[in-house]
Amino acid sequence: MSAQMPEARSTEELKEKWVDKQEVLTGSDILLRSLVLEGVKCVFGYPGGAVLYIYDAMYGFKDFHHVLTRHEQGAIHAADGYARAAGEVGVCIATSGPGATNLVTGIATAYMDSTPLVVITGNVASTLIGTDAFQEADITGITMPITKHSYLVRSVDELPRIIHEAFHIANTGRKGPVLIDIPKDVSAAMTLFQPHTEPVALRGYNPRMIPNKLQVDRLAEAIAQAERPLILAGGGVVYSGGHEALLELVNKTGIPITTTLLGLGGFPSGHEQWLGMPGMHGTFTSNMAIQEADLLISIGARFDDRVTGKLNGFAPKAKIAHIDIDPAEIGKNVKTDIPIVGDVKTVLELLNKTVTHADRADEWRSQLQQWKAEKPFRYKDDYKEDEIGLKPQWVVELLNETTKGEAIVTTDVGQHQMWAAQYYKFNNPRSWITSGGLGTMGFGLPSAIGAQMAKPDRMVISINGDGGIQMCSQELAICAINNIPVKIVILNNQVLGMVRQWQELIYENRYSHIDLAGSPDFVKLAEAYGVKGLRASTKAEARAVWQEAMDTPGPVVIDFVVEKGENVYPMVQQGMTLDQMLMGDE
Amino acid sequence: MTNTTQTRHTISILVNDQPGVLQRVSGLFGRRGFNIESITVGQSEEQGLSRMIIVTTGDDKTVEQIEKQLYKIIDVIKVVDLSANPMVGRELALIKVKSEPTARPEIMGLVETFRAAVVDIGTHSLMVQVVGDTEKIDAMIELLSPYGIRELSRTGVTAMIRGNA
Repeated sequence: MSAQMPEARSTEELKEKWVDKQEVLTGSDILLRSLVLEGVKCVFGYPGGAVLYIYDAMYGFKDFHHVLTRHEQGAIHAADGYARAAGEVGVCIATSGPGATNLVTGIATAYMDSTPLVVITGNVASTLIGTDAFQEADITGITMPITKHSYLVRSVDELPRIIHEAFHIANTGRKGPVLIDIPKDVSAAMTLFQPHTEPVALRGYNPRMIPNKLQVDRLAEAIAQAERPLILAGGGVVYSGGHEALLELVNKTGIPITTTLLGLGGFPSGHEQWLGMPGMHGTFTSNMAIQEADLLISIGARFDDRVTGKLNGFAPKAKIAHIDIDPAEIGKNVKTDIPIVGDVKTVLELLNKTVTHADRADEWRSQLQQWKAEKPFRYKDDYKEDEIGLKPQWVVELLNETTKGEAIVTTDVGQHQMWAAQYYKFNNPRSWITSGGLGTMGFGLPSAIGAQMAKPDRMVISINGDGGIQMCSQELAICAINNIPVKIVILNNQVLGMVRQWQELIYENRYSHIDLAGSPDFVKLAEAYGVKGLRASTKAEARAVWQEAMDTPGPVVIDFVVEKGENVYPMVQQGMTLDQMLMGDE
Repeated sequence: MTNTTQTRHTISILVNDQPGVLQRVSGLFGRRGFNIESITVGQSEEQGLSRMIIVTTGDDKTVEQIEKQLYKIIDVIKVVDLSANPMVGRELALIKVKSEPTARPEIMGLVETFRAAVVDIGTHSLMVQVVGDTEKIDAMIELLSPYGIRELSRTGVTAMIRGNA
């Protein structure tokens, strides 16, 4: 990868370089230095009128790497992918007005999936705010419902404090995006740089890390009593770094576990007690386990409707324990018997001290093992090695086998996303990057770029549909120019597959506006950007081109021409309970 | 069992006196489908902090969600459901009533009974100021409406817990 990241330097070095010197600087210089002091190594952005001072300060600046995307949406999804892969705060910069509004989808994506981002926008000069000036938009107002917090900087003197607070808020408690809107005159104004490095103290913000011990003891007791216990683990496990504690909990107690879409990778998929993903396209075993459990322990998961199905009828036999850093999630969707507010990792480490093996659950475990063996994900595949025709599931299995589940996989949204979730078997946290909450098409490619920047030594595969890839395909330019070696897989069925599936199953085959005829030749599209493009229509071709892609040191687009009419199964239709699954053609 | 009946709650919210804080709070109510019957904002006992009083209706679960969601706003310092305690709630209304000179004494009689006040007299109207709890103001309005109310403006409720709490 030619995009060289700057050497990380110690705070002492920086302190000597910047902090102890009394220097009068512009707001822009203060911004850049403050970002570096927060540990920022990579920024994704797009310049424009209101951020010209900031970009001028970046001219020749070498203390972080700036990636010029081709659309602001690409910048923020890349920052999101970076944050999820690295476990650090992602940063992006855009100009005022349209630059800022182009970030909105990305901000909402990060908010729904609790990704820590600091989003920096320029705005028109303070004197022009409120006058409908050229490229003016009230971006703090627009993004209020989709940010954890936001700032409109009124004076250059506030800037160091605001940046320091923003990183703290974004990356603590329930993580999320924080927006800093900087008027042009503030980025130009000069003042004595007084960096903020001391701990942040905000009266209205004290996330509870350490749980109530009594509730943790109640949970340990409930585990000892349970005959049919089940763990439902979500993204919170990954975000808190609680995956090892979770593995210890399962090993100690022998409780079976299902991981939500965002929880994938938070628990090793090869583990005997792992049942797969629950919900709308989850495994038979996970869904049945939820419906039959007498104790459901939710860990860093928020009972999203795609997980629960019809709420009235979800886990009807279970006592519910809910561990979450966000108190507002507890009791929001599902009535909770044992509420535990706290950091997932901290809670699990505490719980692991007292918990014992769930002895009464032997029968339950063997029942689940039986279902797991009898009802895995399955699809019908009669294609011979050289016959034209590929099943999308088979392609994901190929990717999984050849990378041994060790790649970082990002996806777009739709059928391919579900197949990737079903058939790629993750072993490590921060290896699965997908827009779960908002379901943002266009996320797959830019998030892979961000992930690769964060993890230059890992293989990054971006799995896309032929619909979503076209929503941010301009970012192929970034892969080419920076030689970012992401493997961009397109499961090309020439149709908006998930919409097609719903129209088939629910709207009586009335296929309305889903035909993607007129899409570009993706091999030629890749080549137009200077990226290698490959295509496969048979299994033999697929194996060959995928091997070639893996052997190529740079970015590659691989267009897998897959069967059009394939559906994602099992499927729990909206309004149904989890045990009412369509199993498809087995 | 949690109570699922809809009841009126008066919620006190102590917030940082920052630009946009009213929008953050009212926006939260709007997008999460919590209703606002009235909202008042003003200075609090501490410099830099404002106090909002919001009157809302909802069942126990909704009110619990309102409190929790409010706490997620960084600029929100403290949330108290005042109506869970003995409280004093007051609002003020200005009511402009049609009144020919001959009808004035009759209206002024009503006003006096309510310990309200006439704060302005026009050639064909009177302006009445009434302070009290919501029910008292509703009653005053009801009694004045036969004369013809030309304009009505209510502040919404502000409130406090009784005693030393």
